[in-house]
Amino acid sequence: MRDRKKVLTLIFLLVTIIAVAVLNFTLDSYKLKIITLCGIYIILGLSMNLINGFTGLFSLGHAGFMAVGAYVSALLTMSPALKDTVFYAAPINPFIKMIQAPFPVALLIGGIITAIIAFLIGAPVLRLNDDYLAIATLGFSEIIRVILTNTQTLTNGSLGLKGITRYTNMWWSWGIAIVTIFFMIWLVKGMYGKAFKAIREDEIAAEAMGINLFKHKIMSFVIGAFFAGIGGGLLGHLIGTIDPNMFRFVLTFNILLIVVLGGIGSITGTVIAATAVTILMEVLRFIESPISLGAIHIPGIPGMRMVIFSLMLMGVILFYPKGLMGRNEFNWDYFINKKFLKSKKKSV
Amino acid sequence: MALLKTDNITMQFSGLTAVSNLSIEIDSKEIIGLIGPNGAGKTTAFNMITGVYKPTTGDVYYNDTNITGLKAHEITHYGIGRTFQNIRLFKELTVLDNVIIANHLRLKSNLMESVIRTSRYRKEEKHIYEKSMSLLVDLGLEDLKDEKSSNLPYGKQRRLEIARALATDPKLLLLDEPAAGMNPQESIELMGLIREIRDKFNVAILMIEHHMQVVMGVCERIYVLDYGVTIAQGVPDEIKNDPKVIEAYLGVD
Repeated sequence: MRDRKKVLTLIFLLVTIIAVAVLNFTLDSYKLKIITLCGIYIILGLSMNLINGFTGLFSLGHAGFMAVGAYVSALLTMSPALKDTVFYAAPINPFIKMIQAPFPVALLIGGIITAIIAFLIGAPVLRLNDDYLAIATLGFSEIIRVILTNTQTLTNGSLGLKGITRYTNMWWSWGIAIVTIFFMIWLVKGMYGKAFKAIREDEIAAEAMGINLFKHKIMSFVIGAFFAGIGGGLLGHLIGTIDPNMFRFVLTFNILLIVVLGGIGSITGTVIAATAVTILMEVLRFIESPISLGAIHIPGIPGMRMVIFSLMLMGVILFYPKGLMGRNEFNWDYFINKKFLKSKKKSV
Repeated sequence: MALLKTDNITMQFSGLTAVSNLSIEIDSKEIIGLIGPNGAGKTTAFNMITGVYKPTTGDVYYNDTNITGLKAHEITHYGIGRTFQNIRLFKELTVLDNVIIANHLRLKSNLMESVIRTSRYRKEEKHIYEKSMSLLVDLGLEDLKDEKSSNLPYGKQRRLEIARALATDPKLLLLDEPAAGMNPQESIELMGLIREIRDKFNVAILMIEHHMQVVMGVCERIYVLDYGVTIAQGVPDEIKNDPKVIEAYLGVD
């Protein structure tokens, strides 16, 4: 039984790899970029779901974490010569100028530095609960953005970083997404994941059962931030330019949308919702362009997509209050049983 | 040497004295009752012992170690487990997971080991699973292990709380109204269960209970609180005939 599951998982992985390879050859660069973005949003959604969904910490600091990851990794992959041309308003700090690292190392360092910053923010902030925590993390996320805008010699201020090599491709984004998925699955299934869920369910009881609340909250927060930093780094190297305005609250909202639509506390839900939302974001672009329906002419209204998403969110909350998947996960047993039962019935 | 000793612990909430100068002593494997009318400060006493509140004055000793002011999870680590008056299970999780989580505090593997599942972690996990299953068997909940804990009937939820508290490997078990909401039949079963638990797990038990049949039937010594003051202490027969206790419970002409 367990071996069969392992085989199925391996087959599933193989299919995914082949799918990535096939898509890589057949799709044009625009579509490829969207699919790559899906992978990044899966990473971001999962990292937020760990903090908000599994540990029950209402944190809204994701945009800030992504910003740190994106800036650190971009500054590491840019060559000294490129940095000189980009930092034309104020010269770059000589130390930052000289250090350089290959893309994967840069991503990893970006994630680690984000995790360190999350630890520094989390130490005071995680003593708060519920909406107080949300406001405090939101505030810190904005503080990070303001700091990035004002440290001209480190980040080029509001001009942002340009000409970042576009290292992020399908392989990187989906490769890391799959690693993240498996990391989250094993984490959540294990003893530490169970402790996180206990904190979500009842803090007082969790503490009475010997769980160190603060330590476990910090762990979840820091791990979430680490993956958010990696996601931010991937995003920067996909788009090629980053500036502080990219990392406003709306970005956090988009990820929160994915988590809520998919199901707060469901890995499967987040993966589905991240893919669906990212693709819809692009597919629905036509709504914002002028449309003629025979005699009726609708002018293009920018921002209409968000109206659609807001309606979707309302619909989901009305009809599926726990999101698409609730707290359920995809599992092979259920899948096999359903298929087998069906075929058995047919044969009888 | 007493297992637990509270030395004149007092709890004041901005002027209101909920418990004053409470001194309890519990030896290992004793079953002690803590009774008193509503609002007498019994649960407050529990909360001081388990670290939810820090006593305003006085000290709590566990095996002669001063544990006053330690955090709740640290006190659980020392070996004091508890249940709650208003059941606090992890509602959305399964019965088995509720018990498994209470083993987390003794886990030696770190988080990364749990993700990559090292052999040490797998061994620990297997041990925890077996221990939790045997606890569920002891409390007669093994058939319900995959049930969501909030779906259990009231009496079973109370049993699950006891199983969960035992999973933390306590030497002293604090039960806050274990018989509340149970029917007479269940209450009688509970009395047997409490003794069994004491003998099997070698724990001392301190219980708050309103159900007099249970208290008198199972407790070896009893402390009586009224308005935060200890008005009587002794063996059940002494307590039954103590005029002050009768007055506190029934009033006086």
